[in-house]
Amino acid sequence: MTDLAKIRNFSIVAHIDHGKSTLADRLIQETGTVQDRDMKEQLLDAMDIERERGITIKANTVRIDYVADDGEAYVLNLIDTPGHVDFAYEVSRSMQAVEGSLLVVDSTQGVEAQTLANVYQAIEADHEIVPVLNKIDLPASDCDRVAEQIEDVIGIDASDAIHVSAKTGVGIHETLEAIVNRLPAPKGDRDAPLKAMLVDSWYDAYLGVIVLVRIVDGVLKKGDRIRMMSTNAVYPVERIGVFRPAMQVIDELGPGEIGFLTASIKQVRDTRVGDTITHEKKGCEKPLPGFKPAQPVVFCGLFPVDNAEFEDLRTAIEKLSLNDASFSSEMETSAALGFGFRCGFLGLLHLEVIRDRLEREYGIELITTAPSVVYHVHMRDGEVRELHNPADMPDLTHVDHIEEPRIKATILVPDEYLGDVLKLCQDRRGIQLDLTYAGSRAMVVYDLPLNEVVFDFYDRLKSVTKGYASFDYQMIGYREDHLVKMQILVNEEPVDALSVMVHRDRAETRGRAMVEKLKELIPRHMFKIPIQAAVGGRVVARETLSAMRKDVTAKCYGGDATRKRKLLDKQKAGKKKMRQFGKVEIPQQAFISALKMDD
Amino acid sequence: MTEDWQNAGFGLYVHWPFCQSLCPYCDFNSYVAASIDQRQWEEAYVREIKRLAAETGPRVLSTVFFGGGTPSLMAPETVHAILDAVRTAWPMANDAEITLEANPGSVEAGRFRGYREAGVNRVSMGVQALNDEDLKRLGRLHGVAEARAAFDVARSTFDRVSFDLIYARQHQTVDQWAAELREALSMAIDHLSLYQLTIEQGTAFGDRYDAGRLRGLPPEDDAAEMYERTQEICAAAGMPAYEISNHARPGAESRHNLLYWRYGDYAGIGPGAHGRLTLNGRRFATETHLQPGKWLDAQRSTGSGESLREEISPADQAVEYLLMGLRISEGISLERLHALDPNALNINKYNDLIYSGLIEAAGRQLRVTGKGRPLLNAILRELLSED
Repeated sequence: MTDLAKIRNFSIVAHIDHGKSTLADRLIQETGTVQDRDMKEQLLDAMDIERERGITIKANTVRIDYVADDGEAYVLNLIDTPGHVDFAYEVSRSMQAVEGSLLVVDSTQGVEAQTLANVYQAIEADHEIVPVLNKIDLPASDCDRVAEQIEDVIGIDASDAIHVSAKTGVGIHETLEAIVNRLPAPKGDRDAPLKAMLVDSWYDAYLGVIVLVRIVDGVLKKGDRIRMMSTNAVYPVERIGVFRPAMQVIDELGPGEIGFLTASIKQVRDTRVGDTITHEKKGCEKPLPGFKPAQPVVFCGLFPVDNAEFEDLRTAIEKLSLNDASFSSEMETSAALGFGFRCGFLGLLHLEVIRDRLEREYGIELITTAPSVVYHVHMRDGEVRELHNPADMPDLTHVDHIEEPRIKATILVPDEYLGDVLKLCQDRRGIQLDLTYAGSRAMVVYDLPLNEVVFDFYDRLKSVTKGYASFDYQMIGYREDHLVKMQILVNEEPVDALSVMVHRDRAETRGRAMVEKLKELIPRHMFKIPIQAAVGGRVVARETLSAMRKDVTAKCYGGDATRKRKLLDKQKAGKKKMRQFGKVEIPQQAFISALKMDD
Repeated sequence: MTEDWQNAGFGLYVHWPFCQSLCPYCDFNSYVAASIDQRQWEEAYVREIKRLAAETGPRVLSTVFFGGGTPSLMAPETVHAILDAVRTAWPMANDAEITLEANPGSVEAGRFRGYREAGVNRVSMGVQALNDEDLKRLGRLHGVAEARAAFDVARSTFDRVSFDLIYARQHQTVDQWAAELREALSMAIDHLSLYQLTIEQGTAFGDRYDAGRLRGLPPEDDAAEMYERTQEICAAAGMPAYEISNHARPGAESRHNLLYWRYGDYAGIGPGAHGRLTLNGRRFATETHLQPGKWLDAQRSTGSGESLREEISPADQAVEYLLMGLRISEGISLERLHALDPNALNINKYNDLIYSGLIEAAGRQLRVTGKGRPLLNAILRELLSED
């Protein structure tokens, strides 16, 4: 067990690409925690998808032994947090588990919205914050300007920011010293009943569920019987250890320490991020504050392209669920798409990650239907229904009103693009809450309906600002608005998978955009096909896809029979990527692409 | 029992793979060679004919077709020797049709008499356009005047002469094509092949198209209109379409090509030639080596130029019968199709298509209507779809 005064727990707050992982790698390397030959780039990002996208989804931790200039041996625990807004709750728990943060800002770029959201979480968690200006080796580096910006925008003192090049190693030693000297040691009572926070958990094929914990009070030992306070489930602890970053088994974890436990927990679902772990007997009385069960905010349907793969999809979803408590699923049937699942996600990134994993790791080709948020449908009889799927919209005569989730969006943007950003937010039914300047950049804060953001807001924002804007959001609650269900009819038949909830005033614009998109996406058939958008039986937009006029091979002689036959066979296989609606075939990508707005 | 192929007969295809230059639109198996030892080629063709005759046994051969490449680069003696071997190998029908594809150049025209003496009784000329600028764009070496002259020589030499034109060319309008077609009809005797320009992968046009540098191709609607006008103009001139791209006065159809579309048996010799042969009650697809050198070597060293022989299941035969047979206006025999595969057609789609007026069943024949013909590929996909 480590003396509390010799422990420093910290996280790194940074925007994607500002060098968080590289800095973490250097700290690990500098202290000799990992031999040079074992270093691989970005040690802490394990999953392929995370690595490819340069993002971290699961919290990772590493214990670093460091002998400081004062001659004392310290234990530094770094928690690498998921950086994306979809995982804001997970970030907040990781922040609660440490006492300080390194705020890493790219000295060639400056503060971004994502940094802002995470640094506010750090401030909320009462962190001591050490600003680190990274990439000072680059010619475009401007430490003075960025330090000033940190002071202006975030409001913390950046006069003693550390100047670092994680790439060349400059400033790494100073960073380690700052962690020791400027961050506080954790507090805790070794003799109090066990109180530990469940920071994160994941499934390991050999060890079962691995739980990342931060001990607040008391001591956790191998063989202890522990209780999850939110569920009262009891488990015997099998293994205790720390990450360096490889797993190392130790005997016990005391106050202030961060490590892992395994306890023959079968499903990640049984472990809830933010939960308090105590002993079965003589446990602590009150759990740690701030625990929230995971709440999906975005829903969509996932259907196998090939209906025969439904069982494979079920198995794959079950397996993924084991390792992801925030991902929900229930079976869904669609007249158009057959059997599939309605799945809930923390956000769009989470949705994409899960979908990619299903396609990549399990080899199942999927049709993804329009993402939807959760609406609160207030019925005339006082009942409030949660609507996850526009197809389930109850009969309007029984509906009193509908509420939709709203978010507070923070956008940082160079001022030359400000006009476009304001227009985008306005078009998406936003209400401006704040507009301030920091140097040549504007910070705008909008109250926006989540349903306007959920699909392609971020893509649009990137495109109107040429990628210079950064964006973050938090949920701020529900508000009533005039929302209607819009149906799409292809050749007079409603296509349930294309139904969307829209604001009444936006129905025509959205409807027009959708039918125009579908006209491009649906291949011409041998007959003309009307494509309509309708709200409550009234057509709000219509297009007609004209009939195919010519599709015939000019030359076909004796040498062409084999090739033509094989081509027909291939086309038969390709048809599996189409879905039949009455007489019309709709390609799978239409279900997502139809919703993209070109504004 | 009557074998399926006997409904349509037996023919021989001879592939001559060489051209003087390659045309940018053509994806046929063709090569430019510095020099060709015609003697070697002649011997190889003759050995192939003997090999195949030994397999098929004596059956009446009704057609021979020299295709390419540019078969009019063959010496008349080579053609003569091949046809002598053919006549020895199989009993020939009295009215056997022997076609040779010819380039409409002055040099070729000089060989026409020799071809006739060898036994050729029909030529099909690759005129392609009646406009010098377009001929250049299509990579053709001849001009319009030369083509007309060669055509006149052909007319006076052979009983039957056909020529090819390509339409929906770059920068071509519907009216320009209609005018050109009328001019062609004034020259034509009894047969015309009229092809919409198709951009094929692996050709110079294909590469240019992929790179976005093939400009001025008529849009789909214009091409469709050119097709429709073609049907009207030719029908009015007494040369209706008997196949998607082929027009003839009744009785003057290419019997060799009809044999393909009626899904008969055909032997294929020369590089890259395909065949369909029924041997001992089983039907085979045959292919030969594509590369001229390889074909010649294989033929000499193993006694056969064949690179592939694969049995075609009756179900696949049904598909081939359908995709070939629906190209011709007479259509296919439902009885014959049923005998090959009773479940070949998707009955729901079949009914839909009948209802839409895209196909029609008259007696025991199924055929594509005039309305359906430009949509044949889509119709085939429907008829053969599984759901």
